[in-house]
Amino acid sequence: MKSRLGIQAAVLSLALLLVLIGVWHVVTLPAESAAAVDDEYAKLMGAGAQKTGGFPTPAQMGETILRHLADPFYDHGPNDKGIGIQLGYSLARVAAGYALALLVAVPLGFLIGMSPLIYRALDPYIQVLKPISPLAWMPLALYTIKDSSVSGIFVIFICSIWPVLINTAYGVGAVRKDWLNVARTLEVKPLRKALLVVLPAAAPTILTGMRISIGIAWLVIVAAEMLVGGTGIGYFVWNEWNNLNLTNVIFAILCIGVVGMALDFVFAKLQRLVTYAD
Amino acid sequence: MAFLQIEGLTKIYPGSGGKPDTVVFEDVHLQIERGEFVCIIGHSGCGKTTILNVMAGLERATEGVVIMDGREVAGPSLDRGVVFQSHALMPWLTVLGNVAFAVRSRWPDWDEDQVQEHARRFIELVGLRGAEHKKPAELSGGMKQRVGIARAFSIRPKMLLLDEPFGALDALTRGTIQDELLAIVQQTQQTVFMITHDVDEALLLADRIVLMSNGPRAVIAEIVENTMPRNRTRHTMHHDPQYYRIRNHLLDFLVNRSRLYQDGPLRAQHDPKRPRVVRPGLDDTTERPPAQVVQLRH
Repeated sequence: MKSRLGIQAAVLSLALLLVLIGVWHVVTLPAESAAAVDDEYAKLMGAGAQKTGGFPTPAQMGETILRHLADPFYDHGPNDKGIGIQLGYSLARVAAGYALALLVAVPLGFLIGMSPLIYRALDPYIQVLKPISPLAWMPLALYTIKDSSVSGIFVIFICSIWPVLINTAYGVGAVRKDWLNVARTLEVKPLRKALLVVLPAAAPTILTGMRISIGIAWLVIVAAEMLVGGTGIGYFVWNEWNNLNLTNVIFAILCIGVVGMALDFVFAKLQRLVTYAD
Repeated sequence: MAFLQIEGLTKIYPGSGGKPDTVVFEDVHLQIERGEFVCIIGHSGCGKTTILNVMAGLERATEGVVIMDGREVAGPSLDRGVVFQSHALMPWLTVLGNVAFAVRSRWPDWDEDQVQEHARRFIELVGLRGAEHKKPAELSGGMKQRVGIARAFSIRPKMLLLDEPFGALDALTRGTIQDELLAIVQQTQQTVFMITHDVDEALLLADRIVLMSNGPRAVIAEIVENTMPRNRTRHTMHHDPQYYRIRNHLLDFLVNRSRLYQDGPLRAQHDPKRPRVVRPGLDDTTERPPAQVVQLRH
């Protein structure tokens, strides 16, 4: 029954894709009337016979995708790198900023969750810092760090930290009293208690925060790289926009979507791993 | 000096927003001897759980002390095993993992084989052989509570505290586990303090039954000595002529007398340091027909 539903959904998805590509194809058909209006004008604009409205057709798109995927890791200087290399740069920045954020947010979240005093003391800071767009930090980061790549990592750090911090604090604070009492009656030492009771108890909530954070980090890295330039998928999008190569821009957008989906998938798996049935 | 002494225990919850303080229970005195099984019965709100938590060291009384084995109870300790009402198993650990966690806490120097072997022994003791690698979510309520008991016993505490451990179980399961608990306790000579709402449970398990009056300002109204022979079983207990006498006495207290201690003559006569000790089982002068079955619920 369930698998039949799955097949039906897959068929529907596929049909939707075909319709979408069909509409796309029709909309981007070469506009003959436009060329017929004024031959002279067309020549003046340097338009070839096959020039359309500028928006790529599905066929052109497919060709581009295949070309990129055939050789994703070439490197022809600063402005011409394979898509794999660009994504690699972005992922490396996200990984670095994200890892730093975890190193800070998880222990700090533990502290906040365990101590009402620290929670109250830090709450105003968190409330003010949390809603700040991570990109607003960029000038400050560039000025103090003086390195655009590290500034990008910093921006990822600052945007990943909040969901993990808040979820960890909440998860740690909400650990069932019974489990803590068990640990107390067994005279479990604080560190052992934190690692063997509180951490597994709060793990599902912490992982939820981590999943939200990785999603935000992947959103922000594109914008950050558009600003700082140099390398990365965000820079690639901006560069191709400057080249007016919409096919490449669309291809990059697709890549961002697929990578984002893959990241979310990995974290969903991790989440399932630490979730316990009660 | 008794193995465990409760002296002048009082719990007051301060009233908020101009409301007066709530005295849950006051001036509670009780002695428990080594190897004794004591049950405490009383209506909800008389502070039974608070008394047990104070004995466990999980909660602090407003006044008074608990002394166990010559030392004041200042906090939770491995000397006192607690079985919680809600079983309190860690759902991310298996049955074996839950018991082994306790064993490892008790004997940190043991190697893994020793820990596993010891934990398995106690899992077997409560009849859960074969379920070692199940998670609590895969167990029935009765099995979960058995794991809780195995965990509490496995650390070989000097005293066992049970907070209404079978309250959430169906009658059939409850009977089986009561038998098992009785067997283990007799085998290990364990000192036990247990909260229950079930009169028959108390009759089967307890050497003495402590009756609490209703809260607020609850007191230990009287202590009933269970004079039935210690080899009683669930199946034969009700043939003992003492059974109905004690049972009627307990029900009579719970239904009628438990609320008369808040003030008035009973309160005035009441000596908190020496509550009345009664042996209704031996009193054959007030023979009454068996009382109808009263379902006791909180």
